Parts: sequence; C-alpha cells; structure tokens
Amino acid sequence: MKASHMPRVLLTENFDKTVRRWLMTVQDYALFCAQAVTNVFRSPHYWSDIFTQSDLIGVGSVPIVVLTGFFTGGVLALQSAASLAQFGAQAYTGRFVSLSMIRELAPVLTGLMVSGRNASGMASELGSMVVTEQIDAMRALGTDPMKKLVTPRMISTVVVLFLLTVVADTLGTAGGASVAVFISHLDGAQYFSSAYQALVFSDIIQGLTKPLVFGFIIATIGCYKGMRTTGGTQGVGRSTTQAVVISSVLIIFSDFLISRVMLWLFPPL
Amino acid sequence: MPQATDPVPLPAVNDPAACVSDSPLCFRSVSLSFGPRTLLDAISFTLRPGETRILLGLAGMGKSTLLKLANGLIRPDSGEIFLFGQPIASMPEPALLDLRRRTGMVFQESALFDSLTVRDNVGWQLIERGISGETIDRRVHRALSFVDLDHAFSLFPPSLSGGMRRRVSIARAIIDKPDLILYDSPTGGLDPVTSHTINQLVVKERDVYKTPAILVTHRLQDAFTMVTHRFDHDTNAMVPLPQGSFDPLTRFMVLHNGHLLFDGSTEELLSSDDPFLQDFLA
Repeated sequence: MKASHMPRVLLTENFDKTVRRWLMTVQDYALFCAQAVTNVFRSPHYWSDIFTQSDLIGVGSVPIVVLTGFFTGGVLALQSAASLAQFGAQAYTGRFVSLSMIRELAPVLTGLMVSGRNASGMASELGSMVVTEQIDAMRALGTDPMKKLVTPRMISTVVVLFLLTVVADTLGTAGGASVAVFISHLDGAQYFSSAYQALVFSDIIQGLTKPLVFGFIIATIGCYKGMRTTGGTQGVGRSTTQAVVISSVLIIFSDFLISRVMLWLFPPL
Repeated sequence: MPQATDPVPLPAVNDPAACVSDSPLCFRSVSLSFGPRTLLDAISFTLRPGETRILLGLAGMGKSTLLKLANGLIRPDSGEIFLFGQPIASMPEPALLDLRRRTGMVFQESALFDSLTVRDNVGWQLIERGISGETIDRRVHRALSFVDLDHAFSLFPPSLSGGMRRRVSIARAIIDKPDLILYDSPTGGLDPVTSHTINQLVVKERDVYKTPAILVTHRLQDAFTMVTHRFDHDTNAMVPLPQGSFDPLTRFMVLHNGHLLFDGSTEELLSSDDPFLQDFLA
C-alpha cells in the first residue's frame, strides 16, 4: 500500500467504526424503549413509584413552567402588538399569542424546561446507582430495574408533561393578556375573544400530542443514559450532560416532524 | 503443620450428574473475555450442599466477576453455569430473577440503596412480595439482630460506618433464608476489629443455617479464620477449632491468570507444591 493512501484508509476505518457504534447505540436505545413500553402491560406494576415520580417531576416542575409560560406569552404579546400596530391590527394580538403558544411554544418550552430539570436528574440518579452497584444489587435481589425504575419514570413523565403543557398554555395566554391589557392598553374581552376564536380542533390536537412524544423522549433518554453509565463519577457527569443535550435536540427535531405530520393530517383551510 | 480432621463424605466434585441434581452451583468450562483479555478461561467447579468455598486470588484476577457470573449478573462467553440445577448462561432475565431470589449476595461496597432506610433495604425482597408491614418489621428486626444492628432500623445508609453498612448488607442477603450466599470481599477495606466482626457473622451464618456459600477474598488471614473457627451457640461467639483442625465443609479455590489454579481442601492447599501457591501463602 502506498504511503499516501494511509490517511485515507485510516479515515475510512474511523468513519466505519463511528457509524457502527452509532448504529449499535440507536439499536440498543430502541430495544431499551421497547422493553420500557412492554413493561407497562406486565406485572408487577409499581404504582407508588409512578405517583412519587409524578410528584417529583410534575409538581417540582410547576414553578419553572408557570414562569416560562407566563413570560413567553407576555413577550409574544409585547412583540406582536408592536408589529401589528403598524397595520392597525392590534386586535389580533390574542389570536397570535394563543396560536403560537398552544401549537408550538408551550409544548416545546415546557419540554425543554422539564428536560433540563428531569432528564439530567434521571441520568445522574440512575448513573450513580449503576456505578455504586445498586442496580446490580437490585437485580441480585430479584427485582427488574427496568420495571422498578424506568417504566414508572416513563409513565410519569408522559402524563405530567401533558398536564404541564396545559398549564403553560393557560399561563401563556394569561401572560399575553396581562401585557395586552396593562401595557398595550387593549381591550381584555377582545383579546380573549380573538384568542379563543382563532383556535380550531387541529391546533389543540397538535399542541397536546407533542408533550406526549416529548415526555417519552425525556424519560427514555434520561433513563437510557443513566442505565448505560460507565466510568465512575466522571461517567455520571458525562451521562447527565449527554441526556440533556440529546433530549433537547430530539425534542426540537421531533417537534418539526410532528408539525409536518399534523399539517398533512389537518391541512389549513 | 496442622493436621486435618476426618473428611466428611460428600458427592464427587466433578460428577456431572451432581451439577444438575443437588449442587446449588456448578461451573462447566466457563470462559469470559473483556476485549482482547481473557479474564476467565474454562473454569469448572462444583459447589456441594452445605459447603462454603473460599475464592482466593490476587486483585484483578476476576474473583468478583466469577461471583457475578454465578447468579447471572454477567453472562459467560462460553460454557455453562448451573444454578440450583438449572442452566443460566442463556436463561432469559425474567426467569433468572426468580432464581436470584433464592440467592443472597453481599457486595464489595455493600451496594445499599442510599435513599431507603435500613428497614427498607433489609426488607426489600419482602416489600417486593407485598408482605404486610408488620411481618416485614418483625423479620427485619430478626435479621438485624443476627448482625447485631437492631438499633439501626430507621437509619439511612449514608449515616452508617463502613462496617455497619457491610453488616446491613449481610442482613439483607440472609433475611429471606437464601439457598446460596455469595460474599464479595465482605471484609475489604475494613479495620481488623470490624473485619473480625464480619468474619464472625459469616461463620455464624455457615454454622447456624449451613447455607452453601462462596466467599471471595484476597485476605489470607480472613480465609484461615473461617476454616479454623466455628460458631459457639452458648457464648454466641466464634471460637477456635482444636489445634490442627479445619472446618471440613469449607474448601478453597485459587484463581490465577484466568485459570482455577487450585480447588481443594485446606490441607491440600497447605501441602501444595505449586510455586505460586507457596509464594501466595508465605
């Protein structure tokens, strides 16, 4: 082999290895998700763990979701009122805010906030259990860690993210109303009427389908990165960071896909 | 040189039928590699009913890995492992979970669940089975009394010392009267006094319940304490056997460079002319 070909060969080998490793990880994650979902239909069911996790993930995330929703709605109203005023269309502020919040911003921002708080929490908690052999101890005691730790977190996150998104929708609309009434001096009744009349069935469906997918992504990525932690405490830190980054990117990517599918299923009139 | 006691008649060590019938644990040509390194190479042994096997070896020779293979926490690359007569090398995880409930395992670093109290750690298996809280409390108290830690019932593991954590781990392993106990360096990292307490508990478990066990250690002193002592019910303490006597149901295995270098009784170990063993025992 000529010496000039060596770098190209090495590059190809490295590329092959990277792609193979990436494909193996995707396959492993898919099997992990399949097992987590299948466990929903298999005994035993850890109801108390589901309620505990719902409390930790849901109630614990309410303050950040409330603040995020309220101020996002407020800033939307602030920006849109200024732009719409140029066309004498300030009356459409409510419509603009409610459509943006319910279709896109509430699900995505709630997903990202919960991801930052809980995907990292799940990865670090489960990762610490892995490196201190607590997961092995659980298996040695005859308990399936997937059923005990992963499935309850998955069910809880899917359910509470749905509810948190409704909270963000409500608070976003309220935040927009506060800005519209107290800063832009619009009529409150007109704002709410415009916000309500703009919404159709497909908007609600779109806005409430997304958190179900996002919740699944947050829980499965957080648990997957935690359960596959290697390398001691440094590995726990790495898993935590990766869980937040991957789940955030996947939330935004899946948001695009869901929006595309929803627009295909419910074409605009 | 100490003299051996009369041997107790036991099934043949390499009888293949014993693997399936009455042996709690049996390895047949088990091999395991991590990358290019062969950690365990064609390991075969049979643990007989009532027997305690002490697994010796230098650090990093695969002693803890062998213990994890024994209850299916790790799968071998080749060979077969019989746990309570059932082949587990390729057994599905749900079926393995049922078998593991018949074993107790004491981990090197205790592996207690930090977010749960000692009561919930020790009573884990009972809680999982949905047994009433009152019964769980009673049995946890009994298990904690066995390891002399009844006062730790409501404490959380982070508030316990290393020795206390190890004793809680033993209580967790024995609470459901397992048919096999796996001890992974139960005295590792402990001071001599605490190590003595742990050794005493292991001997107590061996002599009171006669549960078959594998004990991994790299501390020769602990290993020989095990074979030269018995548990005395009257004084509730470990007492030495008569000079030159060994516990006949406690045997040795030595793991070295991936191979089972030695598998036999105390007197066979002491009379071995293998250079490594002589060096190891010196």
